[in-house]
Amino acid sequence: MTLDDILASLFPDGHEVRNDNGVIAGAATLRSGGRILVIGVSDRTALGVDEAIRLSAHVLDSIDRGSGPIVVLVDSDSQRMSKRDELLGLNEFLAHLAKVLIHADMHGRPTIGLLYGHSAAGALLATGLATRVLVGLPGASPAVMDLPSMAKVTKLSMTALEEKAKSTPVFAPGLSNLEQMGAVHMTWSDATSLADQLEALLADMPAARDRRDALGKERGGRPKAADIAERVRDLALQIR
Amino acid sequence: MEDLSFHHPVRERAGGIRQSAIVGVVASGNLEVLVERVLPDAECAVEIKTAAMGFGEVWSAVIGDFVERYSPGGLKFSINDGGARPDTVSLRLAQAVRLIAGSDR
Amino acid sequence: MTAPLSHIAPAERARSTSFNEASARTRLDLLLDAGSLVEFIGPEQREVSPHLEIFGLPEQFDDGIVVGHGRLGGAPVFVAAQEGRFMGGAFGEVHGAKLTGLLRAAREIGSIPVLILLDTGGVRLQEANAGELAIAEIMRAVMEARSAGVKVIGLIGGRSGCYGGGGLIAGCCSALAVSEAGRIAVSGPEVIETNRGVEEFDSRDRALVWRTMGGKHRRLLGAADVFADDTVQDFREAALELIGLIGPFGLDRLKAEQGRLADRLRRFGACQDAVDVWTVEGVAHAETVPELPADQFIALADRIGRSSRDAR
Repeated sequence: MTLDDILASLFPDGHEVRNDNGVIAGAATLRSGGRILVIGVSDRTALGVDEAIRLSAHVLDSIDRGSGPIVVLVDSDSQRMSKRDELLGLNEFLAHLAKVLIHADMHGRPTIGLLYGHSAAGALLATGLATRVLVGLPGASPAVMDLPSMAKVTKLSMTALEEKAKSTPVFAPGLSNLEQMGAVHMTWSDATSLADQLEALLADMPAARDRRDALGKERGGRPKAADIAERVRDLALQIR
Repeated sequence: MEDLSFHHPVRERAGGIRQSAIVGVVASGNLEVLVERVLPDAECAVEIKTAAMGFGEVWSAVIGDFVERYSPGGLKFSINDGGARPDTVSLRLAQAVRLIAGSDR
Repeated sequence: MTAPLSHIAPAERARSTSFNEASARTRLDLLLDAGSLVEFIGPEQREVSPHLEIFGLPEQFDDGIVVGHGRLGGAPVFVAAQEGRFMGGAFGEVHGAKLTGLLRAAREIGSIPVLILLDTGGVRLQEANAGELAIAEIMRAVMEARSAGVKVIGLIGGRSGCYGGGGLIAGCCSALAVSEAGRIAVSGPEVIETNRGVEEFDSRDRALVWRTMGGKHRRLLGAADVFADDTVQDFREAALELIGLIGPFGLDRLKAEQGRLADRLRRFGACQDAVDVWTVEGVAHAETVPELPADQFIALADRIGRSSRDAR
């Protein structure tokens, strides 16, 4: 689906969402009549310092003035890989965007990520993975690390990697792999109204507590994370 | 990966009272040795997981020499090896014995 | 023959031990009050990565991270230290979950600071999806802990620097101390060169790498509040200083950070190189900054360098 298709299907009651060189910002009206803040990255744009600061500004403005949930639409490249971005401290800009989203989510502005295209590495951490619920749309193609790069580092052939990827979701790209890990909570259908699916999710939002490790365990993608985190937590609490 | 396992009878119990210790890191040409005081005083065991295949005889010689020299009775050594040379292996084993004996930190 | 190390006073050992060259365990041993480190899920528990075997790669018994608690200047602290030599200190499933669990406990207790000794290339490729998600969970857990009043301090000066998602975790911390070796970035030099070409970034130009990503630049930019010389004792003192400086976290901090970062783009957005940034910042003979010894650099940074205090 294109961004326009998605916006039309998500917000049949109208929206004021602009796409300015890959930076999505605006707001829309929900079926219920309430408002929803919309931000995101489109057209497979790389997320650099200039893009990240505009997105965080938009969310901070809304924390002051607005109410209602926040949706983060994601069709990005990786973080922008450039000397300038790193010189200026890209890690701080990406972390800041994630922090603003996490803060909003913890303080009455529930966040939903909608992964409708590509995303990778630092860009995914600062956007979709910084929301409470990350939803995938069919055709989305997240890739934490692409297989050719992985082949280079691991000195394994693409064929060997593809063969290994059949037995585990832990390293290979793809929406279903991230779903098994617990990173993507659910995949919506693109054959029915996205507005209906959004309303259903908003009516039944999970609590703000991060349960992605438990999801990853239930789905068999991450056999150890939830248990290890819980054991360390229990041991650490005993020092009180 | 290759798994190797060695058991040796030993003359005497290793010194000290610490129950476990760890030295080294798993990296290219390096290894980690976890040593635990879990065996009867007259026994010693070494269990190895190594990335370098086909060096069983070298390991056997290095460990035989180590056991003869340090008499690490009661100790079980668990090794994760990233392809270390025999002299590095000997060094780490000796460090592990010293650490669990409490004579060095 | 030198005397057995156990006969040397801990502070003396900490002063003579390079933070950069020490192992994760040695760093913690010497950073904390002598003998106070207690590890959670130590190597004897053998909680190794369940994924490296698929690639025929050796495991490490602690999966490359030590988490636990100890005392610093008599007060309790939680600690986590990545081993930068094991798989480049990269985040895998178990490695990341240990830090997540520690931060969740810190949030529930609310009053015990957390020291994170970051030493990482980012996501562990062989378990990339699990590693990426672990970093997302850690970022969330850091922010929840900070919101509950916990001070979370990053100490960065290891071999592997602090790259990829590690850089984003650093950006979430309440404060950072860095040494010159404490390179902080998202994309590593090789990654930029591979994707954009050697004209964009020559990864073999070490001077370029260090002045673009290294601890001195990060201190002058205000990304890190304390610059430490490369000894464990200096990092210990930096941690003590930062614990005393950090105030409560709230929305005002995020607004201040927005202003701080927007201001940085306005001031330095057109700079081509770190030397240009330092010159705009008012450093005389900026080209000499990389050669300055630690004490002279600290004096310079305290005079001229920016701060992210109350703005992160």
